[in-house]
Amino acid sequence: MLSFSIIITVSIFFMGIVVRTKSLASGRKGPGVMQPIKDIIRLLRKGAVFSTTTSYIFRIAPSIYLASILMAILMLPHGNLPGFISFGGDFVMFAYILGMGKFMMIIASLDTGSSFEGMGASREALFSMLIEPAFFIVMGSLALFTGHTSFYDIFSTLHFGSHISYLIGTLAAFVLVFVAMIENSRMPVDDPKTHLELTMIHEVMVLDNSGFDLGMILYATPLKFVMYGTLIANFFIGELPLQWSIPVFFIIQFVFAVTIGIIESFSARFRMSHNPQFIFILTSVSLLIFFGVLLVLGKFI
Amino acid sequence: MRYFTVYNNQTVNIKDIPVLKYQEFLDENVQLVQNHSERHCVNFFGVREQEQVKLYCCIADDLSHEIYVNASLIDLGGKLSSLTFHNHNFEKFEREITENFGIEYADHPWLKPMRYAHNRANKQQQIANYPFYGADSEELHEVGVGPIHAGIIEPGHFRFICNGEQILHLEIQLGYQHRGIEALFLQKEKLLQRATLAENIAGDTTVGHTTAFSNLWESLCGMETHKSLHFSRTLALELERIAIHTGDLAAIAGDIAYQLGNSVYGRLRTPIVNFFQEWGGNRLAKGIIRPGKINYPFSKELGQSLMDIFRAYEPDFNEMTEQFLQLPGVLARLERTGVVSYAQVLEIGTVGMAARMSGLERDIRKSHPFNLYQNTIQHKPILKQQGDVFSRTQIRKDEIEQSISYCKQLLENIPHFNKPENIEFVPEKEKFTLSLVEGWRGEICHCAITDENGKLKAYKIKDPSHHNWMALAQAVRNNEISDFPVCNKSFNLSYCGHDL
Repeated sequence: MLSFSIIITVSIFFMGIVVRTKSLASGRKGPGVMQPIKDIIRLLRKGAVFSTTTSYIFRIAPSIYLASILMAILMLPHGNLPGFISFGGDFVMFAYILGMGKFMMIIASLDTGSSFEGMGASREALFSMLIEPAFFIVMGSLALFTGHTSFYDIFSTLHFGSHISYLIGTLAAFVLVFVAMIENSRMPVDDPKTHLELTMIHEVMVLDNSGFDLGMILYATPLKFVMYGTLIANFFIGELPLQWSIPVFFIIQFVFAVTIGIIESFSARFRMSHNPQFIFILTSVSLLIFFGVLLVLGKFI
Repeated sequence: MRYFTVYNNQTVNIKDIPVLKYQEFLDENVQLVQNHSERHCVNFFGVREQEQVKLYCCIADDLSHEIYVNASLIDLGGKLSSLTFHNHNFEKFEREITENFGIEYADHPWLKPMRYAHNRANKQQQIANYPFYGADSEELHEVGVGPIHAGIIEPGHFRFICNGEQILHLEIQLGYQHRGIEALFLQKEKLLQRATLAENIAGDTTVGHTTAFSNLWESLCGMETHKSLHFSRTLALELERIAIHTGDLAAIAGDIAYQLGNSVYGRLRTPIVNFFQEWGGNRLAKGIIRPGKINYPFSKELGQSLMDIFRAYEPDFNEMTEQFLQLPGVLARLERTGVVSYAQVLEIGTVGMAARMSGLERDIRKSHPFNLYQNTIQHKPILKQQGDVFSRTQIRKDEIEQSISYCKQLLENIPHFNKPENIEFVPEKEKFTLSLVEGWRGEICHCAITDENGKLKAYKIKDPSHHNWMALAQAVRNNEISDFPVCNKSFNLSYCGHDL
């Protein structure tokens, strides 16, 4: 439960740090760190409006989406403390629980019958599908490296061998940063700030959501970021005692948020048709990790 | 004689303009434009004469600096053959004539309602039943955007026919605003009212349209324009160009989500528009340009302050532009996006930036000089060849630099400003005047015709957006639908300039 509670704590500040970094990078002062979460709280206190063309799918989807992410977070360990749910092969369930939430959002957006939302849904489905191999190759390589198949076992035994595990961790962190960016439809595949429906991916899917539902969907973004940030942090926490691991966790999350802010400030969004190529690059980097692991284990001549 | 030759801002007798039979009129005008890349139709409109309609066609020749005007009297009812059938330069004009007078064309390929004016001939035509081009297909899908804009600008409806992410066809339907500017010009008889109307034709081209109106009005009333007025109009035009182009660069950067460019260019635009505030009390330059006078004399101190603004502007602009136009991510988005070929721009008859981006030299500052152009300022139009978003971005960057150098050149020699006084303006009787101005977006054309009492009989306005919307519709074909916003922004066309 410690892991769960610190993840929730970090998620409150996370988007604020991203937005603040972007503001400072463009020479503006920017809103306070708490502003994004205040906006979400404001939305949570409002009622939702439902279009008459939608069915019950549209109404339950945001709750299932948020619940799926919370459930995935419950599986994450913190250093040598296991997550709330932990069993052999739990990273597979982790990925598909998230997939289920996303699936609900996609069919909910198709439920509205809007041409925009169908477009967004098709883009989101395509990019999530393409990013799946990258995640599984990374986790599979680590499972092969450590000989375990649950998050807790993988991360608690990662650094027993040699220091080469830190190198693998760094490469895996690179992949996971971009997996997080793509999963959250951020730069460079999508621009969360745009008002132009035609260029959006995630935002256009949720155009019809309002009030409480929209609040839940928006809160899912920092939660997902921190979730991937936790995976990254776990590569480096390892066996550290709690008084060290918690500060390290916060520092890694902070650096992660600043990194996102910087990526979003100084790059332009990709052309939509270039996104699949970019995502395949991530898959090839994760293959690099896989071959690295094979080399270390001596299974590759 | 089958046409009468006039020059920019020249007032001529209506009687001098030859009235041809319709078939002759058609042949002559098509012949003038066909296979002459240096000629295009600047205005083509109808004026009601009792039970008949008199069509005036004005074709500008960029090389000889002349404008060829001829006319034709036609009866209402009955079907005509169209000029558009032979050359698409006339497409929008003929749609407008049909809408206003109910003249039918037998062979016009795209005879759809244009702006739904309140005084249109056929009240049965409602915006709700606009005849969209449709694709009856299982594979293709339609995406409708608007008329409510996602941001804060004006209404317009865009109907895409797409194959997945690829745009096959775009139809732009405007006409939501019903402002009746041209009718108001005839109703409002005070000069101030008319000048204010001219300022509001398109809010982003205040200086351009007001200059066109003022130049025209002074010529129509037989007045000599004072040097200080020439000076202030030229300077204001160039400043407007700098301000809007900088804002457009910010918006283009914003559309490709390049945050740094968006915020830096956005910030750079502010001191320029604030200078208008310092000069005339309005950031959009409203109130500065007036026929026959200027209420806000341009002083040496203002010149000094403008030089200071440029001194602060230039290093930041150069640094940002160097970054912006070299960043691979930016180039990947801008290059080869939204291409309009030379043949297409020629066929459509685009003007201004939308012509120069594809290597078609159309710039009124050079071809039909007005105010201080070709006099103090030797203008060289900036041409690009590719016709893509990147070309339009480069033109903006180059024109900003050019305009700054023109402004500096103007500031070297600030003329003496007279005290503003209200002069009695009396338009001459039975005259025709045509005024062309190169606004930041392109060529602006105002035409005025007076009756036998010296009252305005017709006032015709043509904003550059009039032709250029069609170029946008062509530019997005075979592009990704997600690239439409950046294509649209790179043209930055006016909705209200179209919905007069």
